[in-house]
Amino acid sequence: MTKKPERIFVKGNEAIARGALAAKCKCFFGYPITPQNDIPEFMSTEMIKAGGDFVQAESEVAAANMLLGAAASGVRSMTSSSSPGMSLKQEAISYMAGSEVPAVIVNMNRGGPGLGDIGPAQGDYYQSTRGGGHGDYRHFTMAPGTVQEAYDLTIRAFDIAFEHRTPVLILGDAILGQMKEPIDPWVPENIDEEAGRDWAITGKTADREKRLIKSLFLMEGELAGQNKHLQAKYDAWEDLSECEQFECEDADLIICAYGSIGRIAKSAVRKFRKEGKKVGLFRPITLYPFPSKDLKALAEQGKRFLTIEHNLGQMVDDVRLAIRTVADSDFYPIYPGNLPTPDELEEPILKCLEGK
Amino acid sequence: MSEMNEKIVFDKPESVIDRATHYCPGCHHGIAHRLVGELLDEMGLAEKTLMATSIGCSVFLYNYLNVDAVESPHGRAPAVATGLKRARPDSFVFTYQGDGDLASIGMAEIMHAANRGENMSVVFVNNTVYGMTGGQMAPTTLIGQKTTTSPTGRCETTQGSPIRMSEIIASLGGVAYAARGSLDSIKNIRTAKKYLKKSFECQTNGTGFGFVELLSGCPTNWKMTPLQANERIQTEMIPYFPLGVYKDITEDGGVC
Repeated sequence: MTKKPERIFVKGNEAIARGALAAKCKCFFGYPITPQNDIPEFMSTEMIKAGGDFVQAESEVAAANMLLGAAASGVRSMTSSSSPGMSLKQEAISYMAGSEVPAVIVNMNRGGPGLGDIGPAQGDYYQSTRGGGHGDYRHFTMAPGTVQEAYDLTIRAFDIAFEHRTPVLILGDAILGQMKEPIDPWVPENIDEEAGRDWAITGKTADREKRLIKSLFLMEGELAGQNKHLQAKYDAWEDLSECEQFECEDADLIICAYGSIGRIAKSAVRKFRKEGKKVGLFRPITLYPFPSKDLKALAEQGKRFLTIEHNLGQMVDDVRLAIRTVADSDFYPIYPGNLPTPDELEEPILKCLEGK
Repeated sequence: MSEMNEKIVFDKPESVIDRATHYCPGCHHGIAHRLVGELLDEMGLAEKTLMATSIGCSVFLYNYLNVDAVESPHGRAPAVATGLKRARPDSFVFTYQGDGDLASIGMAEIMHAANRGENMSVVFVNNTVYGMTGGQMAPTTLIGQKTTTSPTGRCETTQGSPIRMSEIIASLGGVAYAARGSLDSIKNIRTAKKYLKKSFECQTNGTGFGFVELLSGCPTNWKMTPLQANERIQTEMIPYFPLGVYKDITEDGGVC
């Protein structure tokens, strides 16, 4: 059940900020870094108007730890950054995963390694899907391909975070963040703003024991137990994976691509389809959990695969793992630093299609 | 003596859990915990307290104080506490940090939380050494003090000078109250409690950021007896880290 205000024309960054407010996010902690600055800038006024709070932190390290504190008290909270800043946030994200604190984190991926550039890239796929900090953990990761999807997934991210007590990462890139598109904003109803009532730290009242949010487990067997519990939680997410399949049904060759590259690949697929070539697109929407079952089902139909990423080959590992017993995937890299175009993708797709 | 004549003259505060601690003999953390616990009781704050603990010997503070708590990464407690207080402004929020945690790895977080004037309280335990990890040099280690990473004594020219946090914190705009006490003697402990109370009141009155440094003994890592450690506080630490109130704006009203 949704209310539909009128259509607006906004950047992906602003769509994410608006989606968060629609999801009743009450605290935002940010730090300037291109190309995500629209998010903290928007939040600095709109979050206050929405009755929440905004802090420009002294660093991404601090912003992520503020997020840890606010979220530990059960309040819907968010931070955003871009690649170099995400490296700094990994400390707190590891603690949040270990102590099961729900929060939403946005990464508008830019070129790397190091300072890289401020253009789009997908070099943070491993960091986003393998648990980018220390220790063995995962968190939910979603990769919107359009500005509308960025809005929708941000709302969903808060529900997933609280339902599963996990950090949820929204992984975009400079294209998504800086691109303006018309979207239909909607406001979810019946949001439970005290969904953390059974675990969050809100003050130890006489009717309950004290609560402790922690990731330190020193007693024998304790940490192993916690790791087993976390792994069981991650395994159970398998059914929550999502993907978009476009023109896959009769396709000989499936392009696997996510986010902005998925969208560019879609343009290429449309063009090839007009020429009668049987190409389809498989676009993972959740990167963790990865939609392995859906991909494997396609492989079992005898289809071939080409993974295209704006990096040197990261998601292709997950594609290969998903289809490993029945098929393999070729890979075409767009080097971070280069701006991809649909035309650029035609040659590698054609080569693959012709089996060269 | 019959039961009739027995009278309890000293008891543990409600907010302090009745259990043995992991602290070494002569450690002053127990005193600092107790002072905090007494004040939470006396000021009726326990039910609204959210505690951001830190890394170091006091990592297990949450086992000893009967209040809600979140474990912070090393040095980040002031950032975590900022999140807690912004999310739940009606709570009583404090951090409890050692000198390695606060004055080294967490220098950015403490400086900026103080400078923003976050309405929270910081209990800073300074014993001039990294205790939990086995006695390494801290940012507060005194010149000439031998530690496991300054085995010939801290050298000013290569390792810098011990940082005086209370003075630095007092110089920041957002700070309502900053004081340095000591836990080496009954008299100083009583004064330290007054400082802590004032700092907590700054938060409950909405006046702003309160900071109290407590000079503390670490006999184990100083390789001293508890009495020698107390003497060291008096003869070596207090001369370099003078006791007293460094900032108190409560007479003039609040900040911002």
